[in-house]
Amino acid sequence: MELAIFLAFALLAVTSALVVVSHRNPVYSTMSLVITLIAVAALFVLLGAPLLAALQILVYTGAILVLFLFVIMLLNVGRESRTSLGHGGQLWGALAGATTLGLLVGALAWARHGGQPLAPVAAELMALRPLARALFWEYLLPFEIVGLLLLAAVVAATVLARRPEAGSRPERER
Amino acid sequence: MSIPFAWCLLLSGLLFAIGAAGALTRRNGITIFLSIEVMLNAANLALVAYARQLAERAEDLASAHAGQVIVFFVLAVAAAEAAVGLALFLAVFRNRRTIDVNRLNLMRW
Repeated sequence: MELAIFLAFALLAVTSALVVVSHRNPVYSTMSLVITLIAVAALFVLLGAPLLAALQILVYTGAILVLFLFVIMLLNVGRESRTSLGHGGQLWGALAGATTLGLLVGALAWARHGGQPLAPVAAELMALRPLARALFWEYLLPFEIVGLLLLAAVVAATVLARRPEAGSRPERER
Repeated sequence: MSIPFAWCLLLSGLLFAIGAAGALTRRNGITIFLSIEVMLNAANLALVAYARQLAERAEDLASAHAGQVIVFFVLAVAAAEAAVGLALFLAVFRNRRTIDVNRLNLMRW
């Protein structure tokens, strides 16, 4: 049963990820990424991380992808930006590299953990208290630094995306 | 019937490879970003799978929680990266009227 659920969501994640990287229209790519992220969130639940699954759906599909859709809308990605894949050599090179990477990871995983079944979900893993303790006690400093990083990112994004005032700096056309 | 552990890592590697191929071949800046998000998620999947595997032994439980905390940080950094990156593309589009990365070759040698 667990295996069937895993295979179903793995298949969903892989097919929708293929659509993400191959579709010509960025809006469809973004919507397909939503499906990938939800499938990966379901796998998180299966692997004993329900909190991360909830965060994944809230932060990724709720915030980041909406941001993507807004930017696509602002840029008015029409026919001009709807570019296809790169030219022949680049395309085949990248595909060969990605296949090699996937095979290497698969071979490594098999050599190290071949046939080993997944451990049953430990009750301590699902408990929120130890996770919260790890996050807000052992990793408190990185947590605060991430908060600072997010603040810096918000300020930087606001400055970058702000429309320059008319007359102060002429917009360079091409 | 339980899931072989290697399959989780295999799925993670497959998703990462798909994302890498997309990031290398696509020319639209937004789609490159989407491919990078796929790669980040593949890494997260491997971390969560290892967390479940490590939690089996009581002395490795701290490492399992550390893995989940790293996933949390990856989510936060991905959010920051998306915000800044998309703002950069907005600024680039305003100046150059394109986000085709092959045409943004001002700094190419």
